[in-house]
Amino acid sequence: MSNTIHVPTMASLFAEGKQPEVLFWVGCAGSFDDRAKKITKAFVKILNKANVSFAVLGTEESCTGDPAKRSGNEFLFQMQAVTNIEVLNAYDVKKIVTTCPHCFNTLKNEYPGLGGTYEVVHHTQFLKDLLDTGKITIEGGKFTGKRITFHDPCYLGRANNVYEAPRDLIRKLDAELVEMKSCKSRGLCCGAGGAQMFKEAEKGDKEVNIERTEQAIEVQPDIIAAGCPFCNTMMTDGVKGKEKENTIAVMDIAELIANADDL
Amino acid sequence: MMEYLPQVLFIVLLTAGIGYFAINVKKLARNIQLGKAVVINDNKPQRWTNMFKIAFGQTKMVVRPVSGFLHFIVYVGFIIINIEVLEIIIDGIFGTHRIGLSVLPVGVYGFLIGTFEILAVLVLVAVIIFWIRRNVIKLKRFLSAEMTGWPKNDANIILYFEVVLMCLFLMMNATDTSFQNLNSGNVVSQFIAPLFNGVSETTLHTIERGAWWLHIAGILAFLNYLYFSKHLHILLAFPNTYYGKLIPKGQLLNNEAVTKEVKLMMDPSVDPFAAPAEGDAAAAVPDKFGASDVTDLTWVQLLNAYTCTECGRCTSECPANQTGKKLSPRKIMMDTRDRLEEVGKNIDANKGTFVPDGKQLLGDYITNEELWACTTCNACVEACPVSIDPLSIIMNMRQYLVMEQSAAPSDLNNMMGNIENNGAPWPFNQQDRLNWTNES
Repeated sequence: MSNTIHVPTMASLFAEGKQPEVLFWVGCAGSFDDRAKKITKAFVKILNKANVSFAVLGTEESCTGDPAKRSGNEFLFQMQAVTNIEVLNAYDVKKIVTTCPHCFNTLKNEYPGLGGTYEVVHHTQFLKDLLDTGKITIEGGKFTGKRITFHDPCYLGRANNVYEAPRDLIRKLDAELVEMKSCKSRGLCCGAGGAQMFKEAEKGDKEVNIERTEQAIEVQPDIIAAGCPFCNTMMTDGVKGKEKENTIAVMDIAELIANADDL
Repeated sequence: MMEYLPQVLFIVLLTAGIGYFAINVKKLARNIQLGKAVVINDNKPQRWTNMFKIAFGQTKMVVRPVSGFLHFIVYVGFIIINIEVLEIIIDGIFGTHRIGLSVLPVGVYGFLIGTFEILAVLVLVAVIIFWIRRNVIKLKRFLSAEMTGWPKNDANIILYFEVVLMCLFLMMNATDTSFQNLNSGNVVSQFIAPLFNGVSETTLHTIERGAWWLHIAGILAFLNYLYFSKHLHILLAFPNTYYGKLIPKGQLLNNEAVTKEVKLMMDPSVDPFAAPAEGDAAAAVPDKFGASDVTDLTWVQLLNAYTCTECGRCTSECPANQTGKKLSPRKIMMDTRDRLEEVGKNIDANKGTFVPDGKQLLGDYITNEELWACTTCNACVEACPVSIDPLSIIMNMRQYLVMEQSAAPSDLNNMMGNIENNGAPWPFNQQDRLNWTNES
């Protein structure tokens, strides 16, 4: 894997009088979480290879406010939102791509009412578009013939009805796409949404991510594909909990594509 | 005069049955209007389409094929067999007998009644399977903690009602000598009729009249039972699917009261110490952020509660419930209805005004533990066959817990503190947001 990535910031492009076609909203997990940072880099490598005109906000980016809103703190959410919207509007941002379905949902659905209207796409939709327009090609490479199951992130699937883009990409890898018993609109949550990621679970008899991991293990995949950094963490923990980390990998769609291309 | 007695009795029965139902419908409408006003008049074509597809067309019921198919039979049977009620009402008022025969050709009449008879048998079979699913097979979703006592009895009473009504309908036809002699439309009742061989003409007529009267009385009783039962869904599913959420499921509405506050805070030209202009309703601070009682919810959320028929598809799809947590979206809806009923009765008992009873939806019905177990995954919303949105109630109550009571779990308070201080849910510095670009 090459380590050279090119990540322009909105501020630096602005100084040069340039405007990128799309803003890559990295998100808190993508910026700070060790596992999610790998997803961020994989996605950037694809963007670089496809010569996509993009930039990030870098130090001007702040939490979208999603976990605050889902916790019930509407004040904090709206404060975050209006602050972010000021920055986004100042740069005259038109289109945003994000690797996090929570950022995606919030930016796409909840910002317009507060003055921030943009075309917002999830990275799986963006990658599908790059593929359809011939800007990238996908070959199976090391994933040819592998059994891959896709875990639908709630905030991509049920919340926004995006089910096919990630699946289309997996099929392009010449892999065998296998579906869990709960998938698409009936996909089971990984357990992280609604700010659960940041707290202990309530008393119960099982962790949600273990339940979901068991559903994944049932279809005997080589890889559990995810499209959300939080799902990724939950499923990775679940696979470790089931002591399957040597046989089942948890990977983001962006990583699958970048790795297939040996980026 | 005596010959008109049955007609008079019938009209009295009908008026009483419909009148009492009307009184309860008024009460129902009053209770729903205890919710906050929201205006929903957008996108009417889509709303009609949803109602047509989801309520009339049962599209979400068949996601679960077995119960969906059985329910479809009962639903179609219910609607079509009720055409017969029209004839019963006309006969009852005017003292005629099977008025349909005097307006329709025998073949057409026979076809109609024959269809009703076949549907009646299919409904009987479906209802018996439903009873077995609840009481013998004991499907998990019918056994949750909230499904004991009245909710369990309610479900069975509805099934018994349907069995009795279908049997009375078939019995009424089987003992109607003139109808049997027509030999048209008695597709099922012809096999019941021989059971009464040897019974005198008068007795047979008495049984027929008895079945006829009990059938219509039963229908009126069932109609009036609705208000007290989860079975209200047969009516409310239609408005509820019409008023259902059209925006993406993931979109939670922004709290407008908060937006006003935030705009004031962000606007440098606002004098923070200025007194709000008198009579300026827009500047008035709401009495409460979020919801702690039913009157803090919108009327659509209250309509949702009355529409819920406690099928439990939401709860069986809920990740929290599946892993043994206390949260059950069905219980959220049942609690909301129970509390709303309590508030309504309080108003009735106090001449139209609510006298504080020291209780509320939060705490007395729904616990914090249930609310904090939700992952906001929308599985419950997706699962509901009649477009109920339990998540919106959970979110409104979380808002109350956090914004009015600062009662979030401490982990969440830490997370929110991090967002406030450094713009991320973890304690990382915003200035380090680009560090990933330099790390190998």
